[in-house]
Amino acid sequence: MLRIEGLTAEIDGKQILKGINLEVPTGEVHAIMGPNGSGKSTLSYVLSGREGYEITGGSATFNGVDILAMEPEERAAAGLFLAFQYPVELPGVGNANFLRTALNSIRKAKGEPEVDAMAFLKMARAKLKTLQMSDDMLKRNVNVGFSGGEKKRNEVLQMALLEPSLAILDETDSGLDIDALKIVSEGVNAMRGPNFSALVITHYQRLLDYITPDRVHVLMGGRIVKSGGPELALELEAEGYAKVAA
Amino acid sequence: MNAMTPGGFSARFAGLRDHLPGGRTPWVAALRGAAAEHFAATGLPHRKLEAWRYTDLSPIAQAQFTEALTLAAEHPVLPPMRAPHRAVFVDGRFAAGLSTLPAWCRTLAGDLNAAEGWLGALARDLPVVSLNTMLFEDGLMLDLPAGTDGGALELLSLASHTGRAIAFHPRHLIRLSEGASLTLIETSLGPDGASYLHNPVFEIQVASGATLSHVRIQREGRAGFQLATVLAAVEGGGTYDNFTLNAGARLVRNEIHTALLGPKAACHMNGAQLAGDGQHADTTTYLDHAAPDCASRQTYKTVLAGKSRGVFQGKILVRQVAQRTDGYQMNQALLLSEDAEIDAKPQLEIYADDVKCSHGATVGALDEAQLFYLRARGIPAETARAMLVQAFLTEAIEGVTHPLAQAALAEATEGWWEREAA
Ligand SMILES: Nc1ncnc2c1ncn2[C@@H]1O[C@H](COP(=O)(O)OP(=O)(O)O)[C@@H](O)[C@H]1O
Ligand SMILES: [Mg+2]
Repeated sequence: MLRIEGLTAEIDGKQILKGINLEVPTGEVHAIMGPNGSGKSTLSYVLSGREGYEITGGSATFNGVDILAMEPEERAAAGLFLAFQYPVELPGVGNANFLRTALNSIRKAKGEPEVDAMAFLKMARAKLKTLQMSDDMLKRNVNVGFSGGEKKRNEVLQMALLEPSLAILDETDSGLDIDALKIVSEGVNAMRGPNFSALVITHYQRLLDYITPDRVHVLMGGRIVKSGGPELALELEAEGYAKVAA
Repeated sequence: MNAMTPGGFSARFAGLRDHLPGGRTPWVAALRGAAAEHFAATGLPHRKLEAWRYTDLSPIAQAQFTEALTLAAEHPVLPPMRAPHRAVFVDGRFAAGLSTLPAWCRTLAGDLNAAEGWLGALARDLPVVSLNTMLFEDGLMLDLPAGTDGGALELLSLASHTGRAIAFHPRHLIRLSEGASLTLIETSLGPDGASYLHNPVFEIQVASGATLSHVRIQREGRAGFQLATVLAAVEGGGTYDNFTLNAGARLVRNEIHTALLGPKAACHMNGAQLAGDGQHADTTTYLDHAAPDCASRQTYKTVLAGKSRGVFQGKILVRQVAQRTDGYQMNQALLLSEDAEIDAKPQLEIYADDVKCSHGATVGALDEAQLFYLRARGIPAETARAMLVQAFLTEAIEGVTHPLAQAALAEATEGWWEREAA
């Protein structure tokens, strides 16, 4: 269970999150929708531990543990995963090496045995297949020269391999055509289960046709201004944020 | 006495001149005498000289170096042999028992007279080279016949722990005749606790159509000094590739002078420098385009941690005859600490009108976004930094294609950041 209470945060002295209250029970998928600049990515960064954000109040716990006090890699080992809105390019770092290092770092932190190169390759190929990605992805440098869609799929591939218990997907749907959207959604849906929760950040209702959320929250001006069932997404699409939030 | 006066070394020479190899052979004695005169006049280079503005040799001038007395009694620990042939020098002297030489390799002291007209042919009026000429005891004499593929040869330089500050000045003569090819993998090692000076000079001749890939892996001990000078001359259609890794020593100057003397000669000079607390790494290259249609490529990467200093100076001279020269130089530095300092000085001097020559330089810290991306995937901060350091080096290292050289390089660079950060 992710529990966020009264969370406020600022960057460069400018307050962005103005008191977020949110609960995502284990096993549920919640959507966060909101206009550009409302603080969605800021919330995802604050939860995953990016530097540069001053947390001025409130708390965030995951299964009762205060995650805000942890290093980013500790949060990942605790089961948190962020699919970046803008995946970062790593020239000179091979995708296979990156993925295996990540997987083994998390396994090591959990006291599990590391995966050797052969076993890893087998795992990775299986996941690639379900995401309809070519094995070439493994040989390329991380996100370098990837199209927008390939970058997003690579995020989902990482999620599939690292098997987090809480995934935050920050606009993973943006820049995807309808086929890619379906594949990515299937990737997320395949992970759904009693031990997996997700916070799906999106701009458009479209993604939620494929990933049906348990709850939908509207984030505006650094606050959750409205929450509801999946029908809230349709309402937002039809009426616009201003009207729904009013 | 001024710190940079030649006193110590010149006095050593005065006492030793008759006992050094070739001491009573007129042509050798004449070479040494002229070098001694030059060195006595110049002393060690000082920082008022433009070429030495960023590298201060006074710690070398102040140390009182002597020669090694005898071959170290204890056998040093040798790294595993990678190539079928290996030449091992301990404190600058050939260790026959540790070496297996191919037929086209001798040692300088073993057959000094064969070096007449060859030894010193490429030497210039450089004080550090004169110091070497004055005091060299031995070196590799490699003469690869025309059309021969020499495969890979290892050259290993070891400094032993003598308890005294010793200096050695090996002189390596390397000649590839028409169409010959060779990969020379040179590694210098020394114990961390020993203060010593390794001052190798390479005279390298690459004939037309020949290819020499010269990989230098400098892993001297942390209190050691290395002043290396590579003098290379490449004839038409020949290729000289130099990759130098500076990963050790308290202070290193890696100076490379390459002259492209015939049409369509080529040269790749790449390198990486890794310096941590208390280390100073200097790579200085001179590229002389003296013939038309030649190509040169240089990529140097410097990574600095702790309180360290890096220097890159690269001069490209394109003579008037050198039309259609294609020259490229890139040097990049990655600073991992606020106490690290890099000085970079690229220099183009172009007298031909139809040339393509470019150079570039960047200096930066690790990218926070990249670091966060790796950490968000569960990779611990220090491992993430090490991955980004290795990635930064990739572009310079990937040109080294020989698998044995790749293995030696990987061994020298992997884990560097973890050790520095520890
Ligand atoms: N580094 C930064 N410095 C200052 N303001 C920032 C910075 N990053 C984001 N912001 C501001 O924070 C607000 C929220 O941004 P963001 O969380 O990216 O919104 P969203 O993801 O909902 O579009 C915006 O007004 C944006 O301009
Ligand atoms: Mg955003």
